[in-house]
Amino acid sequence: MSVPSDQFSSVLPSAEPTGAAAALDETRVPSRWGLVLKRFRRRRLAAAGLAVLVALFALAFLGPYLGHWSYTDHDFNAFLEGPSAAHWFGTTQTGADVYALTLRGMQKSLIIGLLVAVIATGLAALVGSFAGYMGGWVDRVLMWFVELLLVIPAFLIIAILSPNFRGRTWLLLVLVVAAFLWMVTARIVRGMTISLREREYVLAARYMGVSTPTIVFRHILPNVASLLIIDATINVSVAILTETGLSFFGFGVQPPDVSLGSLIADGTSSAVTYPWLFGFPAALLVLIVLSVNLVGDGLRDALDPTSGTTG
Amino acid sequence: MVKFLLRRLANSLVLVGIAASLAYLLAASSLDPRANFEGRNPAPPKVVVDRRLDQLNLNDETPLLQRYARWVRGVLHGDFGRTWDGDSVTAEMGRRIGVSLRLLLIATIVGGVLGILAGAWGAIRQYRLSDHVITLLSFVTISIPVFVLAVLLEIAAVGFNNAVGVRVFEYTGEFTPGLGGGFWTHLGDRLRHLVLPSLTLVLGQIAIFSRYQRNAMLDVLGQDFVRTAMAKGLRRRTALLKHALRTALIPAITFVAYDFALLLVGATFVEKIFGWHGMGEWFVDSVTSNDVNAVAAVSCFTAVLVLVAGLLSDLGYAVLDPRIRVS
Amino acid sequence: MSSPVLQVRDLRVTFRSEGGDVKAVRGISYELARREVLGIVGESGSGKSASALAVMGLLPETARVEGSALLDGEELIGRGDRELARLRGRRIAMIFQDPLSALTPVYSIGYQLAEAVRVHRDVSADEARRRAMELLELVGIPRAGQRASAFPHEFSGGMRQRVLIAMAIANDPDVIVADEPTTALDVTIQAQILDVLRTAREATGAAILMITHDLGVIAGLADRVAVMYAGRLVETGTVDDVYGRPRMPYTLGLLGAIPRVDESGRGPLVPIEGAPPSLVDLPPGCPFAPRCPLVYDRCLEVEPALLAIGEAGQRAACHRSSVIEEGDLRPVDVFPLPPSTSPARTHDRRAQRPVVLAAEDLVRHHPVLRGAVFKRQVGTVRAVDGISFEIREGETLGLVGESGCGKTTALLEVLELRPPQGGRVVVLGRDVAQLDARERRALRRDVQVVFQDPLASLDPRLPVSDVLAEPLRTHRFPAGRTSARVRELLELVGLAPGHAARYPQQFSGGQRQRIAIARALALEPKLLVLDEPVSALDVSIRAGVINLLEGLRARLGLSYLFVAHDLSVVRHIADRVAVMYLGRLAETGDVQRVYDAPAHPYTQALLSAVPIPDPTLERERRRIILEGDPPSPADPPSGCRFRTRCPKFAALDDDLRGRCIEEDPALAAVTEDQHAACHYAEPMHVV
Repeated sequence: MSVPSDQFSSVLPSAEPTGAAAALDETRVPSRWGLVLKRFRRRRLAAAGLAVLVALFALAFLGPYLGHWSYTDHDFNAFLEGPSAAHWFGTTQTGADVYALTLRGMQKSLIIGLLVAVIATGLAALVGSFAGYMGGWVDRVLMWFVELLLVIPAFLIIAILSPNFRGRTWLLLVLVVAAFLWMVTARIVRGMTISLREREYVLAARYMGVSTPTIVFRHILPNVASLLIIDATINVSVAILTETGLSFFGFGVQPPDVSLGSLIADGTSSAVTYPWLFGFPAALLVLIVLSVNLVGDGLRDALDPTSGTTG
Repeated sequence: MVKFLLRRLANSLVLVGIAASLAYLLAASSLDPRANFEGRNPAPPKVVVDRRLDQLNLNDETPLLQRYARWVRGVLHGDFGRTWDGDSVTAEMGRRIGVSLRLLLIATIVGGVLGILAGAWGAIRQYRLSDHVITLLSFVTISIPVFVLAVLLEIAAVGFNNAVGVRVFEYTGEFTPGLGGGFWTHLGDRLRHLVLPSLTLVLGQIAIFSRYQRNAMLDVLGQDFVRTAMAKGLRRRTALLKHALRTALIPAITFVAYDFALLLVGATFVEKIFGWHGMGEWFVDSVTSNDVNAVAAVSCFTAVLVLVAGLLSDLGYAVLDPRIRVS
Repeated sequence: MSSPVLQVRDLRVTFRSEGGDVKAVRGISYELARREVLGIVGESGSGKSASALAVMGLLPETARVEGSALLDGEELIGRGDRELARLRGRRIAMIFQDPLSALTPVYSIGYQLAEAVRVHRDVSADEARRRAMELLELVGIPRAGQRASAFPHEFSGGMRQRVLIAMAIANDPDVIVADEPTTALDVTIQAQILDVLRTAREATGAAILMITHDLGVIAGLADRVAVMYAGRLVETGTVDDVYGRPRMPYTLGLLGAIPRVDESGRGPLVPIEGAPPSLVDLPPGCPFAPRCPLVYDRCLEVEPALLAIGEAGQRAACHRSSVIEEGDLRPVDVFPLPPSTSPARTHDRRAQRPVVLAAEDLVRHHPVLRGAVFKRQVGTVRAVDGISFEIREGETLGLVGESGCGKTTALLEVLELRPPQGGRVVVLGRDVAQLDARERRALRRDVQVVFQDPLASLDPRLPVSDVLAEPLRTHRFPAGRTSARVRELLELVGLAPGHAARYPQQFSGGQRQRIAIARALALEPKLLVLDEPVSALDVSIRAGVINLLEGLRARLGLSYLFVAHDLSVVRHIADRVAVMYLGRLAETGDVQRVYDAPAHPYTQALLSAVPIPDPTLERERRRIILEGDPPSPADPPSGCRFRTRCPKFAALDDDLRGRCIEEDPALAAVTEDQHAACHYAEPMHVV
């Protein structure tokens, strides 16, 4: 889950400007990226997560070519049949192939998750860094807006807006979800920018005469890159959960298109009697979210060793 | 400090107003109650439909702002309008609020306390077996969406019931309707219905809080004052509980407020799946049935709850953190 | 002779890290006699703090500790938490470096003090609280009754450190371990705290193990000293012996590298080349060998043991100590001095040189804002409240003061090149209030800055070549000649041009600061503004950077505005000095005159508080200790701002005091080229 990092710093005593500073460690530091990769590889779970994620992507996009049925086919000879040689994941009440349906749902969820994360993070990086660096009314308006949107959960607002999606492309859903997700990341980027703004290399650039946009792009953004990468992964996970949650109620991906959420919703009522309707989509969804979280955690450990997360 | 809280209260009221208005305006422009009438067979004449919609303040041909103004006037008098069936929204809300609050309070309190303790324990025993176990369990639980978790627990309950031969766990509704017997029978019945939905939310909360608290605790553990406490002669465990945990509670309190909005969404799923007639279930049903006023009412309720949670956490923060109190 | 109260034998500490095992402490042995003060001196990475924490058993669990530490015969290493907890705070106590984070923010001071008492003694809460008050008064915190219920964040750094000392002596320990207790404090507060430590020692009869990198502090406080380098002790003895007759090249180098506040010589400092070694994979032989001018074959093969030299119990770990003993070598004999490059300074022609920077009544106030969305002003911090100074071509002005005096704010004001809130700033003859954006940008070529923290002043994501090229590109230097200029700059500051493709983290602290200096010189500025450029560096590295700055100034005809709190460095490098206090100037003038005979009571107190690495001098010095903390810049006292702490004010009669309370003194000439802002200024010899 995305945790606001500024929560910690408000608790712990912040550094006071004092008369003398402790002497620095004079020893040399080995190359940065080498260390990052080494740490990531050592987190076996994270590497496993990445492998699983890649496998899931392959399954979602290449899997349909292996199956015999497409997700719109109906096999009138096999209603509500369990997993068999002909239908690997079984069939639904209308004879649709659960394997094909599930993979189609996975495709949707994965793409939506990725797109939302990219858009949201990109937008958050731009707006957060400029708001943080320039301060003033731009910053205040942005923060006020964020606070407002935290008051009403995005889920509810998107649900309210969902009738507008009927009959339109799912890209609209992507844009709307991204429009809500970017706020939280933007706030975190803003916080980091504010602390970087007073860093001496930024001050040096300013007193050199470097222009404000150049400072943001050359000095601020690359130095929040690790934070952005970590947050992007978290956003993927949140986006997938949001989308499937919305689709569960019919507020997200609309029929005739299929989402893991809608499949799970369909399978919920008969989960006990016909477990394959619920089981396969649910299991794959959990796998996706789990592996994304593992990768995100591994990245956080690798890029930001001071964050002190899981062992 | 009182001034600080009063300012927060004023700020919150403004936010509630704006959030609720936003919800109403979006609902009124996105949802289409007219379609409910038009979908009937035979379709009533337009004039009749219009009159009915006007009565209920749901007419999409009336200018949006006019409907909004009428709604606001009603709300300020405590009347949230009418459902598209003609019932009172306020009355329905009254019936449903208690249901939701029951779930939310249990989840917050039980989940929060257990989660904080689990997180602190994991941090103290960093890298040992108990830490790994707690971390792994939290991690997996967070990765399971609420609606999947709810169904899984339901399946498990059914299995358990069958194995034991007695319906120990109930998974539909809040209580068994038409049940005879006295106070204890009813209490037992309610508890049996309460376990699964609460457990779904509580597990998620424990997982989230324990991860957060573990990080907060680790940050605090690295601070010098824990070392000072030990240098004074306190045993490690005492220093950790008295000094580290107490300090690490401060971020936990602020996190409760932040987490509350997520909890509300989770509760919506739980209510729907377990058939609890709370605000969450009502929201979903209302959107599906284009019930604008009900949707607006639930949004208002949500905003108020989130802000109350925020105010309570501010209060808790002020109590726990002397730096706020004195300055 | 009674047995030592603490006996450490072959103490080893190893940390597990990603890069391998770090051998932080590699076998040290020492003894601490009763009531004695033993100073352990070393730079960062020497292992001194790790050794102290190991003795207390307070290292994290990832550290492996071996060896023995006997506290009055009881073994400390390897004991369990419960047993050690019994001893800690009662028989052996510790004072830490950073008083800010060393106290729990959520409990009151009185509570934490009483806790220290109740942990070891079965007394009632009232009794413990009484003892807490007693202790607070002992360490000099006024109004102990009221202050006891306050929280740590309400205390200043100096007050917090007093509380920590009070906690340490609460149960009359036999040993007090002080780990850099004054490093984070201003020099006048440091003097107060060292005094409190002396009082604590008197009151408890404890022995003190004092760990620090500051040789001056040791000279004034310790009886014996041990010098640590790369995890081992390289020289031990009485302070007189080690300071007067050092026998190990590292000690020699350290003593020669420190600028002293009582020295008027302007020769270059003795630098020690290179940097301390990494403790992960130490090569065989003496760890100091790569930097030692006296190295020969044996030094690279066998690590020297700590052996006796001379007659007085002094020991040195060096194969060449006999050579040093026989020749009675001084630092300048052992370490080669760089050729002296500063031309003779001629003061008389000063008035004829052009003015590079002039400030007149410069003012900078910060509003104190409350509120989240709609901010209102509730007060003003008068960071800089009317200061005037000027810098002529080829001159270095040292702007000194303690934290909160406003010197950094003044520096940033100058750099902004914008019209100030009050007064005037004239740079190279141009009044900044009359500049348009284009002219300002052009003027920036001539005014450049070097900051304090070399790690934070270079963007970690850019290779050094880009770092140096940035000013060139910003001011449209011809692209074709950029890489040549980058190489030139690296050579100018003594770095290898081939390293331009590396990243800042791959350089040591001293080298990073040289890169920062090179960047500042890229556009051939006339004025260099330096904000504490050497305080974040190790002592042995500082000398090299200071010499570099001196040399560059002479060679390139630069002028420096040198802001610092370290008065010894300023004496060495500056021609003129301006002393700031609470936003105003207390004293200005020629640096020799001001240091030899300061006229303002604040300057006198400041100079008397600076420790000198000479035990004889330190013992004989008369110290002027200021009372209490500096007032808040948001609420300065009426009239003379210094009067609340001024020893002269305290000694005056009531009728004379009136003037100090009502009238804010202006800078008035005391002698030729020395001005002080005091109604009763009187030059006095202090150092």
